[in-house]
Amino acid sequence: MFSSFMINTWIAATAIAFVAAFVGFFVVARRSAFAAHALPLGAFPGAAAANLLGVNPLIGLLVFVGMGVLLLRQLVRMGRRDVGTGLLLVLFLGVGALLLSMTSEYAPAVFSLLFGEVLGVSGADLWPILGICALVVVGIVLYFRPLLLDSTFPDLAALQGIRASRMDLVFLTLLALVAAMALPVVGAFLVFTLLVGPPAAAQALSGNPMRVLALSVIFAEGCIWSAIALSYWTNWPIGFFVGTIGAGLFTVARSYRHWNQRQRNFVAL
Amino acid sequence: MDLGGRRILRDVSFELYPGQLCALIGENGAGKTTLLRSLLGLTPIRAGQALIDGASASQRRALVGYVPQKIAFDADIPLRTRDLVQLGLDGHRLGLPLFPGRKKALVDQALHAVGAEAFADQRVGELSGGQQQRAVIAHALVRQPRLLILDEPLANLDFGSANALVALLGRLTRTRQIAVLVTAHDMNPLLSVVDRLVYLVGGQAATGSVEEVVQPEVLSKLYGYPVTVLRHGRRILVLPDVAAEDAEAGTAAHVPHPEKAD
Repeated sequence: MFSSFMINTWIAATAIAFVAAFVGFFVVARRSAFAAHALPLGAFPGAAAANLLGVNPLIGLLVFVGMGVLLLRQLVRMGRRDVGTGLLLVLFLGVGALLLSMTSEYAPAVFSLLFGEVLGVSGADLWPILGICALVVVGIVLYFRPLLLDSTFPDLAALQGIRASRMDLVFLTLLALVAAMALPVVGAFLVFTLLVGPPAAAQALSGNPMRVLALSVIFAEGCIWSAIALSYWTNWPIGFFVGTIGAGLFTVARSYRHWNQRQRNFVAL
Repeated sequence: MDLGGRRILRDVSFELYPGQLCALIGENGAGKTTLLRSLLGLTPIRAGQALIDGASASQRRALVGYVPQKIAFDADIPLRTRDLVQLGLDGHRLGLPLFPGRKKALVDQALHAVGAEAFADQRVGELSGGQQQRAVIAHALVRQPRLLILDEPLANLDFGSANALVALLGRLTRTRQIAVLVTAHDMNPLLSVVDRLVYLVGGQAATGSVEEVVQPEVLSKLYGYPVTVLRHGRRILVLPDVAAEDAEAGTAAHVPHPEKAD
């Protein structure tokens, strides 16, 4: 399980889970789970386009998520963020279908883009992943307080000179970077689980922002490590394990919070 | 002051000193929110100026604390009351809030000032409406502003909570020697603590002490038709004059509308 060809997988997965927890803190706090679903899934045609043009898939993904962020902000400016996000998602998937129809040998690659290919991380893939991870963590650490206040109460943030539209751009850009970077490794669906499952479980357990951030990282790492190990032993797809563990964490943590609140209310009565 | 091509406020002028509580009274659409937004530097003023400690707009932000009318926190937001208060100090700063250091003393002081110690470590989303309001007041106070503005703080509060809030505002005004500006539909709950009144009707204002402003002559001129002022104990009621059956006709005859140029 820790043989040399698996080492890159462990390093990449650990880094991705770490940044997913950081960005996921705000995905959950800002109720932006739909955007976190749409951006990675909408980005995957970028890999198909890169394949057609014969360039590095990461470049195609970055171009597509970049367009996704810009289009999303345009659509959102017209109101109805949820509708705009949904339409954008299907628009990009449609483009992806068109690009795929132009190549014949792409079907297995599509499957790996959706569900991940953790065992196929090469040494050359690793550096861009680590670079983008570092960039995103720095971004979240820098903007943590303005983003937190803006997510909590935009009016109060505005009084401190924190502009909501700028915070939205910062957040979506960091989210897009995570999506593009993690897509070829853990796949579009698993990025989404890592972005929302562990942070949502952490936020159910504590109201202290720093503690929630730490718990998110612990849960995300626990989720991806155990999924890789279980996938290695059982030969079942990793997607099954990440999806199950992510949903399980969330369910257990939310149940605990409900139970806790009911206990408190009961005593208060 | 114009907004969307419409003149919202005209010839409104008043001064407020530290240790004074000023009530901005007016019905919906009288221009209360516009006046507040101009003080906060969110709406530009066409003619005239809003000075706070003689400071310009760029310096003003740190000197003004603001408590919006609508306060509703997401139940799940990972933020305790003390975190919200600390963000009042350093929400605009970059970096993680890892080492509160001497900020903790300021945060504790602000929590104490509004009586929020009991729920300091609770999530803001789990607090009651009145507690959330106190949390936001502490968030505004922690930077030690010279002027504290509250937009309709008494709306949506039951009698008990409203009385407690009015007492708190009176206490903050005196002990911290700050100027407090409160908007309200009804002046009565505030009468025990109010020092100055700005009475807004249709974008124009009468200002002064309660005794000076709440007089039939002053208010009739402001409304443009005769009004009666009833006093019952410590309560005041302002009503359209029952004697003037034809108020429209009476307006033109008795009270010429002051059409001043801006």
